[in-house]
Amino acid sequence: MIAIVDYGVGNLFSLSSSLKALGLKAEITNDAQKLRDADRIILPGVGAFGDAKEKLDATGLVPVLRAEAQKKPLLGICLGMQLLFDRSFEYGEHPGLSLVPGEVADLRDDLTDKSLKVPHMGWNSLQILKDDPLFKYFKDGEYVYYVHSFYARNCAASTLGSSQYGNVAVTGVVRNGSVWGTQFHPEKSGDAGLRLLKAFSEL
Amino acid sequence: MLAKRIIPCLDVKDGRVVKGTNFQGLRDMADPVELAHFYNDSGADELVFYDITASFEGRALFTDVLRRVASEIFIPLTVGGGINTVKDFDRVLKCGADKVSVNSGAIRNPSLIGEAAKKYGDQCVVLSMDVKRVDGQFRLFAKGGREDTGIDAMDWAVKGVAAGAGEIVLNSIDTDGVKQGFDLAMLDTLAAKVSVPIIASGGAGKMEDFSQLFTHPGIDAGLAASIFHTKQVDIHELKLYLRACGVEMRI
Repeated sequence: MIAIVDYGVGNLFSLSSSLKALGLKAEITNDAQKLRDADRIILPGVGAFGDAKEKLDATGLVPVLRAEAQKKPLLGICLGMQLLFDRSFEYGEHPGLSLVPGEVADLRDDLTDKSLKVPHMGWNSLQILKDDPLFKYFKDGEYVYYVHSFYARNCAASTLGSSQYGNVAVTGVVRNGSVWGTQFHPEKSGDAGLRLLKAFSEL
Repeated sequence: MLAKRIIPCLDVKDGRVVKGTNFQGLRDMADPVELAHFYNDSGADELVFYDITASFEGRALFTDVLRRVASEIFIPLTVGGGINTVKDFDRVLKCGADKVSVNSGAIRNPSLIGEAAKKYGDQCVVLSMDVKRVDGQFRLFAKGGREDTGIDAMDWAVKGVAAGAGEIVLNSIDTDGVKQGFDLAMLDTLAAKVSVPIIASGGAGKMEDFSQLFTHPGIDAGLAASIFHTKQVDIHELKLYLRACGVEMRI
């Protein structure tokens, strides 16, 4: 069973539907025991980092997530990926879960071409930088769907794939041990995204 | 870099897809779920559903259609029509929509944009505008293009973005249904005023209309309905053609 962490952030309809469409058993939950019993965990999320971290802290699940992340595959999606890092500079400075080394910064600050629109929203092609079992069914250069204004940086050692936006190589996929993260939404990235989720279910 | 997006629009009435010309004379087209599958398979980058029913029963049919589409198709879904309150956002987001477009509802109650953006994020709020030239001005129309609001459309767009709209659909009433190309002058005027993504709507008749559209760098996506529904233009062929023209496309 895949446990989708429910901490009151974001719309989980598509994520659970996409797993169901793949024939996978998934449950949206905030129950610590269910996270312990699950084969793997997905940490979703949309919105602002500080607010989401506060809500995640309030569930009391952070120590459980930390412990389980050592034992089974965990996938953070979008803001859920950003939460895996050490800190974020979205509206102030907020500590993250420190499951992947690096920080989350404003894309706007690092783009030299100021005519580029932020949020980075739409389909961008993902360049695979390091091969990984997560890419078992994914081809280099396939398009994935992004919606975000902040991005992970200073995380080169963990970065498996990125998408070019102006001068910035936007961190697309990261991995540290049994913790993975995607900045884009696999559950909104059509067939390519479903194949990525299928590979995650086989890790 | 980001690919330009091709977006078919499905107007749904009583659970069925319809499309009018100049907003008049609706013709029944197809089953929305079937059509959504067809578009997903042919490479559509996003789907837009407009609920054009007014009745309570029609609305229930619409959310049922939406839920079915969102359970089976995993690309971004935008929903519009009948969005007047934050509650309406909630209703369609729960059924699997990713973005919600506001039009007349925001004209009646401009604070709706800000309230929804605060609750769901800017990326979730799409400002949809029906615009027509009146006395040398780009004028904002309400109620499906039937009512001149007297508001300058470009001012309205700037205010909408400031309030939190994350994307704009600009539908030109002047070119809608005419199939002689998008309203490039109107689109350029808007692109010079706002920095959020712009989806062009109204006027697509052939593949060349899209290649011309995407020579305008401020435009992010092209939206059309009947030319796709009638298979006059096939989305997969269109994307191959655009890529050959040098436009970045997800294929």
